[in-house]
Amino acid sequence: MSILTIRGGRAGTHAARRRWWPGRAGHGFVAPYVVLLIAFGVVPTGYAIDFAFTDASGRFAGLSNFTAAAADFRFASAAAHVALYLLFWLVSLVVLVVGLALLLHNLAARGVGKALRFLYYLPGALAGAASVMVWLFMLDPTVSPAGFLLRALGLDTFGQVIAPGHLPFVLTAIAFWTGAGGWIVVMYGALNNISPELMEAARIDGAGPWQIARRVQIPLLRKWIVYMVILAFAVGAQLFVEPQLLSQASNGVAGRDYSLNQLSYDFAFQNNDLGTAAAVSVVLLVVTLAVAVVFVVKSGFFDAG
Amino acid sequence: MPADTRRPTARIHEGAARTPVSRPRRTTRQRMPSPVRALVLTAFLLFFAVPVLWLVLAATKTDDQLVRGNPLSFGSWSALRHNWDALTAYQSDAIFLWLRNSAVYSSLALVITLAVTIPAGYALAMTEFRGRRPLLVATLVVMLMPNATLVVPLFLEINAVHLVGSTWSVVLPYSFYPFGVYLTYIYFSTAVPKELLAAARIDGCSEFGAFRRIALPLAAPVIALVGFFSFVANWTNYFLPYVLLPESDQFPVQVGLGTLLSNVPQFNPTAGTLAVERPELALATLLAIIPVLVVFLFSQRFLVAGMLAGATKG
Repeated sequence: MSILTIRGGRAGTHAARRRWWPGRAGHGFVAPYVVLLIAFGVVPTGYAIDFAFTDASGRFAGLSNFTAAAADFRFASAAAHVALYLLFWLVSLVVLVVGLALLLHNLAARGVGKALRFLYYLPGALAGAASVMVWLFMLDPTVSPAGFLLRALGLDTFGQVIAPGHLPFVLTAIAFWTGAGGWIVVMYGALNNISPELMEAARIDGAGPWQIARRVQIPLLRKWIVYMVILAFAVGAQLFVEPQLLSQASNGVAGRDYSLNQLSYDFAFQNNDLGTAAAVSVVLLVVTLAVAVVFVVKSGFFDAG
Repeated sequence: MPADTRRPTARIHEGAARTPVSRPRRTTRQRMPSPVRALVLTAFLLFFAVPVLWLVLAATKTDDQLVRGNPLSFGSWSALRHNWDALTAYQSDAIFLWLRNSAVYSSLALVITLAVTIPAGYALAMTEFRGRRPLLVATLVVMLMPNATLVVPLFLEINAVHLVGSTWSVVLPYSFYPFGVYLTYIYFSTAVPKELLAAARIDGCSEFGAFRRIALPLAAPVIALVGFFSFVANWTNYFLPYVLLPESDQFPVQVGLGTLLSNVPQFNPTAGTLAVERPELALATLLAIIPVLVVFLFSQRFLVAGMLAGATKG
């Protein structure tokens, strides 16, 4: 109370300033970010969208790039591949990441939890060339440490493992291996921010670990889960590196046109057709945005506080 | 003696404090090493860690042992020594130069990212201002844009200001980290009660003061999270430096690994005379991931800390 009265004068001037420029503090805090956002986000995105609507000579081309992409004989099958892969990838990510984070969080022995988090995260540090080499070996039954498992499934050669029908599983496994650890860390941190009083209250009310997870922890993780789903959808829709490298390593058993992004890459660098390549990307962006909008609206994701 | 009379009452209070409800619960919680849970956690441990273990062991073998030997066996110290010599001899110590470049780019970008991202995410979550929603939407849209598509426009843009080939051509785009803005935004909007800042404002704190004295100390976990993820994202970024940095002595380690990979005959049949063997590549990879793991271990404590227990009560 005394603090309030003593500093009343200063608070008053702040209030006055807030009136002549509402939200000026907020603007100050975001200004540097806005500069970077425009320079390295908005402008390149606009540029890419512009590509999608112009032809090779730089004239406005209407939707012709889009129709050219859609008319390509590989487009429909690539879209179907990506859709199926997304299903596997999103379900496994949401169920397993949330599940593993909850299991780790419930571990009584903190040291074990800490070690497991680190070990689960390990592959997250491996990107690009490194993870490619690891997986080329892991998927080859003749040299893989998990070769006995692959052979038990009736897969004796690298070609059989990466047969087109298996790719959704294989690609999900690779993406999960590199990506899940980071999200487990995020979810674990978010679980730690749930107040112990709340958990205590639920326990006193007789809730078991399963009920606490379902009624207290998961609802409080909602924003994090929504964010993970939106980003995982975007990353999954942009599937590129894994099928591209599998294709290289298998001399085409896995096709070079498995995913939409590979198709886009082909348009850009094989046919020198940046317009059609950008059109494919814009289609991906629109679909991803539509999904994001559904999640954002349904979850109240943008509500402050 | 007065002490005698006081003691029994004290004991009664102690007894009351641990009435049946609190004690047994604690023990039930520790008494549940459910076999299913242990099995699940172990299965995933093997899934995540065995490939990495394989990679570590691969660095100790000859290429022949790698293919013919037991996948999870240790090769020999002499093979490791040989791989080390061959790797460091590659373009005379190029690997160390690449590692140093990665460190420079990633740490410069890290500093800018943190200085820019944390206040932005905080403002989006905790203050009202015109343009807040459009900013959230724009950030999300940019994040969803396929990265491969953005590389060509970024190149054209950076070329237009004559920065191609300079350190800043990768550091500045790295510093833009929308993912981190969202991490900060969600953290503040779910974990820090708004009343805490309202109270600070009523007490006469300026907006900046409230950020610095109230929000920042509570933000340790999210600062660690953003810092860690941005560091890793930049450290492992391949495409952007590949496009923007023409000289081999400017490459970060990822692009360097790409160069090595393309010189491994088994992965690239057209590889020339500078052939690199797979165990050398494995060793190079291990050197490339060590900094990330060190940073992870260092920040793990902060990454998962629940700093807010009782923050509203105080």
